[in-house]
Order: sequence, then C-alpha cells, then structure tokens
Amino acid sequence: MNLADQVLQYLLSGLVVGGIYALIGLGFVIVYSVTRVINFAQGEFAMLGALVMVTLTDRGIPMPVGFLLAALAGCGIGALLEGAAIHPIRRGSALTLLIITIGASIVIRGAALLVWGTDPLPLPAFTGGPPLQIGGAIIVRQGLWVLAVALAIFAGLWAFFTRTYAGKAVQACAIHPTASRLMGIRVDRMFLLAFTLAGGLGAVAGIVIAPITYATYDMGLMLGLKGFVAAVVGGLVSPPGAIVGGFLLGILESLTAGLVSSGYKDAVAFLILILICLAQVARLLPWRVVEEA
Amino acid sequence: MARFGVRPDTRALLVLAAVLAAIPLVVRSGYLLGILNFVGLNAIAAMGLTLLMGYAGQVSLGQAAFFGLGAYTSGILTATYAVNPWAAMAAAALLTGIVAFAIGTPIFRLSGLLLAMSTLGFGIIVYYVQVNWAALTGGPSGLTAIPPLSLGGFRIDNDRRFFYLVWGCALLLLALALNLADSRIGRALRAIHGGELAARMAGVDATRLKLQIFVVSAAITALAGSLYAHYLTFINPSPFGFGYSIELLVMVVLGGVTSLWGAFLGAGTLTILTEALRAIMPRLTGRTQAEYEIILFGLLLIGFMMFLPKGLAGLARGE
Amino acid sequence: MPRKGLRLALAFLVLLSLPRLATSQEPYKIGAIFSITGPGSSLGIPERDTAQMLEAEINAKGGLPGPVRHPVKIIIYDDASDETKAVLAAKKLIEEDRVAAIVGTTLSGTSLAILGAVQTAQVPLVSCAAAIKIVEPAAERKWVFKTPQSDWLIIDVLVDYLKSKGLTKVGWLNVDYAFGELGWVEFEKAAPKAGIQVLDHEKFGQKDVDMTPQLTRVKAANPQGVVIWSIPPSASIATKNYRDLGIKAPLFHSHGVGNKAYINLAGPAANGVIFPVGKLLVAEQLPDSDPQKPVLLAYAKAFEGKYGPRNTFGGHAWDAVQLVFRAMERAGNNRAAIRDAIEGTRNFVGITGVFDFSPTDHNGLDRRAVTMVEIVDGQWRPAK
Repeated sequence: MNLADQVLQYLLSGLVVGGIYALIGLGFVIVYSVTRVINFAQGEFAMLGALVMVTLTDRGIPMPVGFLLAALAGCGIGALLEGAAIHPIRRGSALTLLIITIGASIVIRGAALLVWGTDPLPLPAFTGGPPLQIGGAIIVRQGLWVLAVALAIFAGLWAFFTRTYAGKAVQACAIHPTASRLMGIRVDRMFLLAFTLAGGLGAVAGIVIAPITYATYDMGLMLGLKGFVAAVVGGLVSPPGAIVGGFLLGILESLTAGLVSSGYKDAVAFLILILICLAQVARLLPWRVVEEA
Repeated sequence: MARFGVRPDTRALLVLAAVLAAIPLVVRSGYLLGILNFVGLNAIAAMGLTLLMGYAGQVSLGQAAFFGLGAYTSGILTATYAVNPWAAMAAAALLTGIVAFAIGTPIFRLSGLLLAMSTLGFGIIVYYVQVNWAALTGGPSGLTAIPPLSLGGFRIDNDRRFFYLVWGCALLLLALALNLADSRIGRALRAIHGGELAARMAGVDATRLKLQIFVVSAAITALAGSLYAHYLTFINPSPFGFGYSIELLVMVVLGGVTSLWGAFLGAGTLTILTEALRAIMPRLTGRTQAEYEIILFGLLLIGFMMFLPKGLAGLARGE
Repeated sequence: MPRKGLRLALAFLVLLSLPRLATSQEPYKIGAIFSITGPGSSLGIPERDTAQMLEAEINAKGGLPGPVRHPVKIIIYDDASDETKAVLAAKKLIEEDRVAAIVGTTLSGTSLAILGAVQTAQVPLVSCAAAIKIVEPAAERKWVFKTPQSDWLIIDVLVDYLKSKGLTKVGWLNVDYAFGELGWVEFEKAAPKAGIQVLDHEKFGQKDVDMTPQLTRVKAANPQGVVIWSIPPSASIATKNYRDLGIKAPLFHSHGVGNKAYINLAGPAANGVIFPVGKLLVAEQLPDSDPQKPVLLAYAKAFEGKYGPRNTFGGHAWDAVQLVFRAMERAGNNRAAIRDAIEGTRNFVGITGVFDFSPTDHNGLDRRAVTMVEIVDGQWRPAK
C-alpha cells in the first residue's frame, strides 16, 4: 500500500469520524448562540441516542422507526435538561451554568450505567455488505450513512434557520436577545427549542456512529469534548464553522494517528483547542471565539 | 461578602489542630486513619482549586493535571534519580507553578468559559503525556518503589505518621492562605470579584493577580500530589485524569466556593460519603456503590449550585 | 429488686451465648477485592461470581474439610478499577474485617498499589492480575502470589507458534495501557530470539473507536502475520477494521479476547483469529490424559449453569480461592501459616494450569498453562 493510498485511507476514516464531531459541534453552537451556555451534556445526548437505539433494535423495532424514536428521546432529554436545570438558573453566571451542565452530564451518564451496564453493546449497520473500495482505500457502508445523514441534517438545519419563522426567531435571539424580546419573540421558548434541537442532533450522531463504535455508557465524554472543539473552531456561534471544524478535527486526528503517532491521537483535539485560544489572544483569528476577559 | 475576622479563624485553626493531634492517639484502626489521610490529601488539593475559584473567580476543569504533575515529578525524581524527597517535593511544586504560569499567561486573557475549557484540554493533554512518555513516567503501568518521606532517620511509612504529616501541611497551608485572604492581595481579589471594572480603575491589575493565584493554586495542588506519591509509594496515570478534576470540583462546590474552610469540609464530606456508600450500598441494593456514586456526584453538583451556592461553609456561617 | 434484675440479666446473657456454643466454629474469613465496576469489570464480574460460587459450594458441605468443619466467609469489595479504592479496601479487609488472606485484585495496577499494605500487615495475597512485577523480585514479595500466567509465558508460546508457521515478519498493535504495554515489552524481547522481526509497532487507546489509521500503516508494511494485544471492546473494533481493510495476513490476538464478549462484538470478523490462552476455553477437546480436563469441565459446567459463558478470568479467581481453601485446611486461620502453606503447594491442578510454588516462584506455572486456540464459526477450537 503506497503512501498516497495510506493518506487517502486516513482522509476517508477522518471524514467519517469528522461527520460525528460536526453533528455534535452543531448542538453546541445552537445552544450557545441562543443561551450563552456551554452545554457540557451534549456528548451524553449522543450516548443516549445510541443506547436507546440498541434497546429498540433488540426489541425488534424496525430501523427507521427506531431511529426516529431514539432521536425524539434525545430531544426529550434536551428539553428536560433545559426545564429542570437551566431554566430555573437562567440568570446565573456562565460559570454557574457550566458547572450545572457538568453535573447534568454526570447524572445522565450515571443513569445510563444503571440501566445499560458497563458492557459495550453492538448495533447492526443500517445496511449490510462489504466496505466500498475507493482507490486503494476503503470506507465501510455505515461510514457512508454517517456522511449521508450528516449532510441531510445540515441541509435541514439550513432550511430551518433561513426559511421558517421559528428558525429565524432562534437566529434573532442569538444575535440580540433584548431586541428579539421587544419584537415579541419568547426568549425562554427559544431556550427550550435550542436545547431540544441540540438533544435531537446529539442523539442522531450517536445512533449513526454506534454500528461502528458500539454503544457504551461512557462514550459521551470524549465525543462531547471533541464536538466542543469543533464548535470552537467556528467561534461557538457559527454553524458552518462547527461543520468545518468537525471535519477538520476528524481528518487531523486520523492523519496524526497514521503519520505521526497513534498514542497522541486524542491529544490532537485539545492541542487544537489551546492553539485556537492562543491564536485569539495573539489576535491572529479573524473572529472572536468568546468574549475576552 | 461577610468574612470572619482574623480571630475566629485562628481560634478555629487551633481547635482543629488540637482535635487532629488527638485523633491518631484515639483511633486505632489503620483503615479509618487511611480514610482520614485521603481526606487530608484531597483537602490540600481542593484548597488549591478553592483559591482559584473563590478568589480569582475562575474555574479549572483540569486541576487533576497539577496533582499528577506534583506526584510524577516527586515520584520520578526520588524513584529514578534518588533525589532527596523533600527537595523533590519543593521542585515539584516549583515546576508545576512554572507550568501553570506558562499555560496561564496566554489563556488568562480569555473569558472564564474559554479558560475553563482550556484547563480541561490542558488536563487531558497532561494525562496523555503521562500515559505515553513511558520512558520517563513508567507509562500506564506506573512507577513503583517510590521511597516514603523521612525526617532524619524517622521514616514516615505508616498511616499514623503520615496522618501528622499530611494534616500538619494542610493546617499550615490553610493558615497561610487565610492570611493571604486578609492581606492586600486578598482584598484586591475580593475587589475584583465585586466588580472588575471598578477594581481596575482603583489600580488593581486584575489579570496579573489572577495569574498569580493560578500559579499558587497549581503549586498547592501539586504539593498534595507529591504527598500522595510518597504515601502510596506507587503511582500510575489513572487517578490523575478528568474524573479526579471533577471530584475536586464537587468538593469545592460542596464546601463552598468562596471559603477555604470549605475545601476541608468538601473533601471530608465527599471522601467519607464515598466510603459510607461502599459499606451501605451492597446491603441496601444488590449492586455496589460505584454505580450510584456517579449519579450522586452529579446531583450534588447541580443541587448545590442551584440551592446552596455558598456550600456547606455558607450553611455553617448561617448564610 | 436489683438482685432479681441482676439474676435476670445474667440468665439473659447465658441464653444469648448458648447459640454460639451450639454452632460449629466461627467462619474463616477471606477477603476479596475485584473490579466489579470500571474498565476492569468484564474481568472482575466473573471473578466475583466464581468466588461466590465456591463459597456457596464449600459451605453447602458444612465448610472446609477436616476434623472440625469450618465454614468460610468471603468478603468481597469493589475497587472500581481504581488504585486508591483498592488501597482503602485492602486496609478495611486487613484491619476491620480481620481476614486471614486476600484474593484479588483484578487489574495489575490495583494489585501493585496494595502491595505495600499487605506486605506491611503481613497478610497473604493471591492476586488475579497478570503483571510480573506483582511477584518479582521474589525476595521482596514474600507475602504475594498470583494465579494468572505471566505475559512472558504467554508470549513465549505465541512466538513458538508463529515460528512454527514460518511467520517471521510480523506487525504488532497494542492497547496503550498496562496490559498492552506489558505484552509488547515481552514480545520485543522474545521475538528476535526466535528470528521474528517486527515490521511495524502501533498503539491505540482503550476507548478508541477507529483503528484504521494504525492498521493502514501496518498493512503498508506488508507483514506475514499481525498480532493485536488488547481486550474488548477495542480488540473487537480493531478486528473489524482489520477485516474491512482487507488485510489477508493471519490475525493473532492476546488472551484478553478469551471471552464471549469479544466474539459478540466482533461478529464474523472474529473467525480465523488465533490466540494463546488457558485451556478452559477448549476443555472439551482436550485429550482425556490431560490432568486438568476433569477440573476444567467441572468448573465450566458449574459456572455456565449459573452465571453465563465461561471465562478465563473467573478461572484465575477459582485458582486463587482454592489455593487459600487448601492452605486453610492445613494451616487454619493463621496468616503466616497460610502463607507458608501456599508457598509449599505442589502439583495443584487448577484452571489456569498446574501450579508448583516455591520460595523463588510465586506464580508456579509452566507451558502447560497456555494453549493456542482458534475461533471457528464463533466457537473456540484448539488451533492446529
């Protein structure tokens, strides 16, 4: 296998995993832009989507129906989180809310541990069949599904934000909450909508990656952290930024594991995070990631 | 913010010191002393975080990295290079402080949220270095044969002796930190907390101060790590990961973010609670405590942030 | 009045003590520390189940055999795969529960962490973890024994097999924590002595979900065979990636995949995998002349009847508990005497192998403890 084929393989693997990071990153962006809260539990939505899907599939429920139900479960948890933990403290400081979402992510993880146990659970791929050959490299069929679902979601979100009233209202809140309120938009409804959407997005990410990675109660932490890094690349407020960030991160990780050192692969995401922070401080970025101190 | 004057603090310190001095004479069980030793280690580590969160108003989600840096520096210097353990401990605190300074200088110019996430990233990177740089750290299998601390010929190699060492350090650090709180620096920090713009206008260099606190907090937590290494005489990366950062966070929030005593309260409550769960859980339900422990931590975190933001220390003060 | 009260109290106390006089002896207490939760749980749970099974079995017969039968109580704590919790559990067993011996822990890291406590308190420990540092250097491990095969023994058998098949240029991947690293350390030493060259060495994380980058590098090196040293789930994912990439070279694994979880997760990709492991998995196919066969069959049947698929890690716990039982038969409840009795154990036919302890060898195993197994149609068969 020559170097070109190897690099192609890394790119393909990176694209698949990048699609997941992009989906989760989008969840972060939607929540942050509307509520200014970093939702630490974003990764846990993915975990729940995956595990719920496993349970539904085991019960014999057909795949498309299970997909929908598991995604709705994610939405439900997102809404629950907003109503129970975020809404009452919505006037609290950003750090307070961050810690609360950390607590929520821990609770969700603990509950999943009690319900599903520690063992990784397999999920059948959406369609069977051998991997596809592209040049000298391969991509598994489920990987294609990941990309297809991700693209469909991006398109759907774009349509939602630009064509529907609710979507434009969400954008308005992101840009200027006070003005939005003056225009008659119920900001706290937007909070709920943002969290619900993020919950569904996260769940879909989990469902679609589980056939490749198995579903485990603790898969959410790393996924969430990396999705966060993806979102940061876009300044935490830009959906296209999160998408680009997600794919970029996935490909960089894959290339690092392949060309540099497999042991440090996970460190790549956090190196990028720190580099972006440093770049902002050095005024190298054309956008502001978060408000400065 | 209502605070104790100096006197009640000193009184409380002396009372605590007397109680602690008496405990090993009364408590015979090595197991109970062991738990109290871990409470002491956690209290010191948590104090570092409380300084940062309560006085500098910043959250660190990677505090375990400093704990690990202290432990590994001490461990490597003493086990591999036969450096004197006390010198190694000082070196560990110093080195960790320098690392904190290097990391803090750029990121302290960002807002709290991004600082928090950067500390998270930093913590994870340190963990991966500990795992991968096997030639230096022993990798995932860890370092064995770390010598215990000794004073002259007096080896601190059992629970009773270590108890005096760790709690002596803890009380000393608490006294120093409380002193700091009442000094000019402490008042400047409280001013920042009250309103940063006004503080800056009064001539307080907020960023520099916060950075200094970050460095001090890192060094204190590193000290706890060094003591841990000499206590267990064995370390590997697993206690120094994200999970411990969260545990420290829970301890600080539990105890009360703005109170140094809170670090002690939080550390004590959490460590003892965990052990108590271990004893009760298997009897109440068929399952072991670890499965419920996670949920409990999360609920404590949410509950305290929502309803008791001043923590147990705040309760004690009647706030 | 007080007189009468005093007499009543005395009578009450006498009554209270009667049941105690009537029963047989106080139970002998054995401590156990297993990783029932945390990353080690797939190993720790069958160990716990086995220990509880043996406790029930022996108590059903009234206790340990002997002129007076002593019932046995095994006190089990969960260390959650965490070093600190292991140390606290060890101290509790030694000081509060006053056990005569300790069985466990599940993982090497936690066993190493409690060495200090058990050696200082002079309590015999029979570990179910594999790292060689647990029992070496022998002079500094007077109180510590272990039942799993050491990595060098397993690697030796694997290396011999590779050599016998003419596979002299291989690729190697290991998981980046203790288990994987220790395997690599031994393989790095043993391979050159057998004329085997490692063309490429890769690592991956326990929680990694995609090993295609690393396997792509291995594929590019064009090895004659590939060895992956890990446990599920990462071992299963790596296996699936291996087949997806279309790598044709034969695939070998470690004894870490000797459980049904590996096969369930990897699916058909697991077929054709060959790995070194204890004989438990192929007990039925052993020749009748093998002294271990009856012991293995009895354990497999009892365990599978109650708990689920057989598991070599449960076997390590079986050996550890049985060693302590036998030592207690000879030495009673005394910690030092139990230690001496374990050290003097010869020719003990266990699940992991046949044990011969000595003052310089606290693991006591030889090549009889390892055999090569192949996965065929989701079942284990002796490899040819």
